[in-house]
Amino acid sequence: MTDSTPHGMHEGPAVGQDEWVARHAERRIMPSGPLGTIEDRIRRVPWWAWLILFLAAASTLPAFSSSGYVRYVAFSTVLYMLLALGLNVVVGWGGLLDLGFVAFYGIGAYAYAILDSDKFGIHLPTLVSLPLIVVVGAIVGFLLGLPSRRLTGDYLAIVTLFFLQLFQTITTNGDDAFGHNVTGGPNGILRIDPFHLGKHDLVVQHQGIFAVSYFYVALAFFAVVFVALRFVNQSRTGRAWRSQREDPLAAEAMGMPVNWLKLMSFSFGAAVAALTGTLFAAQAASVFPLTFYFVLLIIVYTMVILGGSGSQAGVVAGALIVSPLLELLRDPGKSRVIFFVGLVGGLLLMSRRSRALGMVAIATLAFGFAVHETLGAIDKSWIAGEHQGGFAGVTDHWVVAPAHLARWIAPTSYIGLIAVVLLVTLVRGRTRLVLLVPTLYLAAFVWENVMLAKPEPARYIVLGVILIALMILRPNGLLGERRVEIV
Amino acid sequence: MDTFLQLTVDALTLGSVYALIALGYTLVYGVLKLLNFAHGDVFMVGSFIGFGVLQLLGGTSKPVVPVWLLLVLMVLAAMVGCAVLGVVIERFAYRPLRDAPRIAPLISALGVSFFLANSMQLLFGATPRNYNIFDLANASLYTNGFNIGNVHVALLRIITVVSAFVLMVLLWLLVNRTRTGKAMRATSYDREAAAMMGIDIDKVIVFTFVLGSALAGAGGVLQSLRVPTTVAIGFVVGLKGFTAAVIGGIGSIPGAMAGGLILGFAESFSQGYISTKWSDLIVFSILIAFMIFRPQGLLGRADIRKV
Repeated sequence: MTDSTPHGMHEGPAVGQDEWVARHAERRIMPSGPLGTIEDRIRRVPWWAWLILFLAAASTLPAFSSSGYVRYVAFSTVLYMLLALGLNVVVGWGGLLDLGFVAFYGIGAYAYAILDSDKFGIHLPTLVSLPLIVVVGAIVGFLLGLPSRRLTGDYLAIVTLFFLQLFQTITTNGDDAFGHNVTGGPNGILRIDPFHLGKHDLVVQHQGIFAVSYFYVALAFFAVVFVALRFVNQSRTGRAWRSQREDPLAAEAMGMPVNWLKLMSFSFGAAVAALTGTLFAAQAASVFPLTFYFVLLIIVYTMVILGGSGSQAGVVAGALIVSPLLELLRDPGKSRVIFFVGLVGGLLLMSRRSRALGMVAIATLAFGFAVHETLGAIDKSWIAGEHQGGFAGVTDHWVVAPAHLARWIAPTSYIGLIAVVLLVTLVRGRTRLVLLVPTLYLAAFVWENVMLAKPEPARYIVLGVILIALMILRPNGLLGERRVEIV
Repeated sequence: MDTFLQLTVDALTLGSVYALIALGYTLVYGVLKLLNFAHGDVFMVGSFIGFGVLQLLGGTSKPVVPVWLLLVLMVLAAMVGCAVLGVVIERFAYRPLRDAPRIAPLISALGVSFFLANSMQLLFGATPRNYNIFDLANASLYTNGFNIGNVHVALLRIITVVSAFVLMVLLWLLVNRTRTGKAMRATSYDREAAAMMGIDIDKVIVFTFVLGSALAGAGGVLQSLRVPTTVAIGFVVGLKGFTAAVIGGIGSIPGAMAGGLILGFAESFSQGYISTKWSDLIVFSILIAFMIFRPQGLLGRADIRKV
């Protein structure tokens, strides 16, 4: 249900949909006025038109930027989109918590590295190794699903998470597997072949900068995977997946092979991940164990959850948001801009509901200037910190930034910030608004002084917060439809 | 024979810490039916609290209090700190999702785990912290102890095992001999019925998190007495902990203790006799074997689903 667009419902509920459920979707939308008409028009655009539009827009990107970095980020964003599509099959459609997903990505990458590199002197043609690796990925996924098939989601989560750990163990210690060096251990496998057709190599770097060819190959992979999965989802299998996700017992009573369906969604996801892995390995020309670990898992999960698990367009949007966001957060100057944009944007969104939030924004500004001036008057060194990058001028006069942080400040302010944020969620009404003023200022202080100094944990903290907040505030993500509970 | 004894001693130390972690998983799973992925990271925070207290009290070279008091204070502080952390996590990350589909709190738990690990890295960096217990009172925690044949059992290991078992016995008494324990068991058996009988479910759940997290905190300190700790240990430790809980039968308290010990023995013996590198593989095989042949674990109840 999550993925069917409402326009299909004018001819009555789609197969497998209850009348009440179908009407629920209609009731919820109710387009009215000129804006509503536009919204309705947009909703009527078929999915393939969106896809073509997106691909066309994406393929013009190299025309706008010749920077190798931008192209590389675009390429890795497409990789993330592929991964999100694959994970969506398992989590969104199959309803299974697969925490070993990135291990299949790693399996694809390592398999390609072994089949196409100097490591063993094997150089299979790309057109042979790709299908082979996809099949291997699907089979490994199937095998991993086997022991967990009778068990509930929690057990599957454990087995798959352990599988991820096992993948780490094997790749890290695979330089001495019974005396053979198979995976290169922590040093990984280097000098992997690029994709090649006959004698023609698809080069990664062209005159020292990242060549766009891989970006286009990735886009092509994405288009194929997107369409293929779309068709699978609209087939009997797709409907069966969704029904067993909503109620395995009822699905089984209706004669659906629930275990088989679970295994299938599992190996579909694994196959997509393995395919993406080959692309990664061919482009990076080297693979290391730690690339495929918990951090990557959380990143892909955040994309799927943020976009709305179950909706293909949603998870793609999730990847499109999260991947550039993570890149921008690496740079302190851009990171500051993101923070303030996010803050102002959040306030604006909320102040549609209550005008008081506008007051909060003004009060926070005033509060900030007051604190800045007061502390500056007491001791110049409190505000002597240097700002660089975007919005530096603005923050020079607003955020307190000592030249040197005393050791106790970082933990105290960070933990204090968590405490007040949690407190804000507990209180209601005017107290909340009043409390919001120092909270926002403290957030700015912590961001400027604690988080910007260490981008690596800071950007992952942002991901963790997004995950928790989303699950609580909007578990259906941006584009996923809220599940209808039928009691 | 000496190797065997030495490995047994290792297994007991390792296993008793695993059991402490497994208990946290099992307790929470019992009342909430939730795999608390953040539990390993609570353990990690506990080990850092222990380190902080150790530094506050003068470090291992010049402690300002007697050694026994130092150890007790470290463990107690970690237990209290982690209990508070556990309650906060429950209140803000799990309670709003209590009636959501089951996958929702699991994902929230992943988020909490990631958040905790990275927050600790933000504040304290990624460098390993070594308690340097060897420096404490002229290494007396290592040199004292007793010998079985040629194998020396260090006082440190005795302290670890004994305190873990004391905590477990206390927990067992608490769950089986007190009114609160009875409420916990009732909630675990049937939450709705327990609520109808006048049990304050929220209180029971908070109390469960207090217990589980305090045990994790104690485990964190006990473990770090021997092994340096980093902000990244939560993941692997948590994985081992809930493997132990599953092997023993998730939801069962004696099961978690048994599972922890089994895991300790499996790991220690496979490292000693087969290979240090592949012990994870062996533990994983045991887990898979349990999944296939005895999914309810050693001491767990078979899950009978009412339709």
